[in-house]
Amino acid sequence: MSGSAAIPDDAGHPVPDAHPGHHDIMPYDPVGARMGMWLFLLTELLLFGAMFIAFCMYYIQHGWRFSLGSQELSTAMGGANTLVLLTSSLTMALAIAAMQRRNTRLSQQLMNATIVCAVGFLVVKAFEWGGKFAHGLYPTSDHMAELSQGEQIFYSLYFVMTGFHALHVIIGGVLILWVKRRVTKGLVTTDRLVMMENVGLYWHLVDLVWIFLFPLFYLIG
Amino acid sequence: MDSTHSADSHHLIPYRAYVAVWLALVSLTGVTVGVSYLDLKHAAILVAVVIATVKCVLVILYFMHIRYERPVFTWILVTGFGSFGIFLLLTFADYFYR
Repeated sequence: MSGSAAIPDDAGHPVPDAHPGHHDIMPYDPVGARMGMWLFLLTELLLFGAMFIAFCMYYIQHGWRFSLGSQELSTAMGGANTLVLLTSSLTMALAIAAMQRRNTRLSQQLMNATIVCAVGFLVVKAFEWGGKFAHGLYPTSDHMAELSQGEQIFYSLYFVMTGFHALHVIIGGVLILWVKRRVTKGLVTTDRLVMMENVGLYWHLVDLVWIFLFPLFYLIG
Repeated sequence: MDSTHSADSHHLIPYRAYVAVWLALVSLTGVTVGVSYLDLKHAAILVAVVIATVKCVLVILYFMHIRYERPVFTWILVTGFGSFGIFLLLTFADYFYR
């Protein structure tokens, strides 16, 4: 089962070595790697969390104006995108579950489905932003300057927060493409899966942020 | 079922469990949209945040596997979210008692 350099896994069992001789340089430590990823995700919590706190404070001051702004956003588009992202989280979780069962082909198909969802989300988002731009609603526009302060803050937060979120969708999609290539090349395997698990964690974070963005921006009208 | 111990298959969760979590998440999305049509005034945002928090916990426990990780992962998360909670409370306290 293993050579002298085998490293025990979570349960203390030796793990077959995909890269013999490299343990001195880079020991395979899936638990440590996942822990590192979670620490990074907590910094993301603070990034988006700070903006959520700003949203809450301004909502207290300008609740009624925020409702006006919220009514201009399409619940149908936001709701559709919520379903798309929830489904993409499912396919990503299933892709990892498939790899754990050594079903590489199914895993890659599920990653393709996840990427299709990511692109679909961005297309809907682009139409939403495009619609707002067409109505002259974007930061620094003349139309924005005529609105109440509350609506200006609402739309500014909307563009900044959904913008940051969309950036994360793009990065997550690229990471999934990248990890899929590594699966194809045999660099990510059932026995060395942590890279894919961490990309999965990142993708679920994208979903988590949207779970809060959707009701706060679209449903307070 | 394949029960060989490999580095990362510490816990093989059945596919249907993931689908069940997804169904719960979709249902809760329906609930949060439905509730938004009731005229709850300012309570609406609280209800929305509570439902979102439940969805968030489901994703973290099952999709992100925290339920099957070592307890130290839970403590790291509790510390992180707890710190965020403190920031939130302090900001609110500052606003209301200024």
